[in-house]
Amino acid sequence: MLEYLPLVILISLAAGLAVLVVILGHSFGPHRPTAKKGLPYESGMTPYGPGTRRMSVRYYLVAVLFILFDIEVVFFLPWAVMFRKLGVFGLVEMLIFIGILLVGYVYAWKKGALEWE
Amino acid sequence: MILDQVIFLITAVVVLTAAILVVSVPKMIHAALWLILALAGIAVLFVLLQAPFFAVVQVIVYIGAIAVLVIFAVMLTRKAMQDDGPQLNRYSVLAAAVSLMLFAVLTGMLLSWDGANNLPVNPAVNPDTIVNLGESLTNPQGFLLPFEVASILLLAALVGAIYIGREHRAGKEEE
Amino acid sequence: MNTIPMSYYLVLSAVMFTLGAIGVIIRRNPLVMFMSLELMFNAANLTFVAFSNAFGNANGQIFVFFVMVVAAAEVAVGLALIVAIFRTRHSIDIDLMNTLKN
Repeated sequence: MLEYLPLVILISLAAGLAVLVVILGHSFGPHRPTAKKGLPYESGMTPYGPGTRRMSVRYYLVAVLFILFDIEVVFFLPWAVMFRKLGVFGLVEMLIFIGILLVGYVYAWKKGALEWE
Repeated sequence: MILDQVIFLITAVVVLTAAILVVSVPKMIHAALWLILALAGIAVLFVLLQAPFFAVVQVIVYIGAIAVLVIFAVMLTRKAMQDDGPQLNRYSVLAAAVSLMLFAVLTGMLLSWDGANNLPVNPAVNPDTIVNLGESLTNPQGFLLPFEVASILLLAALVGAIYIGREHRAGKEEE
Repeated sequence: MNTIPMSYYLVLSAVMFTLGAIGVIIRRNPLVMFMSLELMFNAANLTFVAFSNAFGNANGQIFVFFVMVVAAAEVAVGLALIVAIFRTRHSIDIDLMNTLKN
């Protein structure tokens, strides 16, 4: 369990720093809020309408591509550990795996899911 | 080792609190953020169970990809999702009763089984996770076929998600 | 050196699974239902890994691997469906998705 100590230290340092910065900013910065100051910054004009805009669906498609190829990469790791032992057989196994997913990649490319325009 | 138990209890409390908040907070983006906390807690439990590889995979796949996808979906549908109506559907009381029954059956079954109390989760046994995993995944007698079939599942999901999610522009594509 | 009994993990994952089930059944919002589904997947994964550790057998962990693959595929297609429904109907109230019924 002790080998995870650096990880714990890292996470608590990161979280602690974030909390500390927020607390310091709150306690030392002056607070004189007015109605005008509370407005969102809109390059000088008065903002109107809802502040949040619906995101483009292209972000979603990129995220889908990411998730699926992410899983693929996770599969590489146990295979890579065994690679020397398996030799050519392991290579063929992985080539089949990649080959099938390559079809999906080509499909995504042809359908323009990789283009942002 | 008392340290393990302390870590387990803290993590369990965090995970359960986060899980309760996921199903109960009205704002979806908050639910998504609580979901991330619950998933991170599960990663800690994987470490306690001597499966560090899965702790990393949990962070990479669940927190890094699935949770991000959920947050994207929340942002894509935000306007319609600012839900002022009731958060629950018509059958909520009945459904809650059924769920509680499910819980009673699950725990009853698990705890009436002898192994639940006799089987210790043993930190001394350390199956070398990645090597074992690689051995079974690449072995034709083991899980080679599921491994290859998984790629077909991923391919189907990829094609399906792209086809459904793409914006159909008039004149350029069918439909 | 047996520190944490198996039953702790089992009860924890049973509670988590039930919470996920409650979320799936009683919430009206499909995205929250998806998040609850993820909770249920994770409860099952936790049980798999706990048993895999208790029996010193890697097969449970292999299952977790495939559960993660299925979860990723399910999320990708399911959320795409929700986004597509949102685009055509401009509402994703789960009780209104009954076009196929008639």
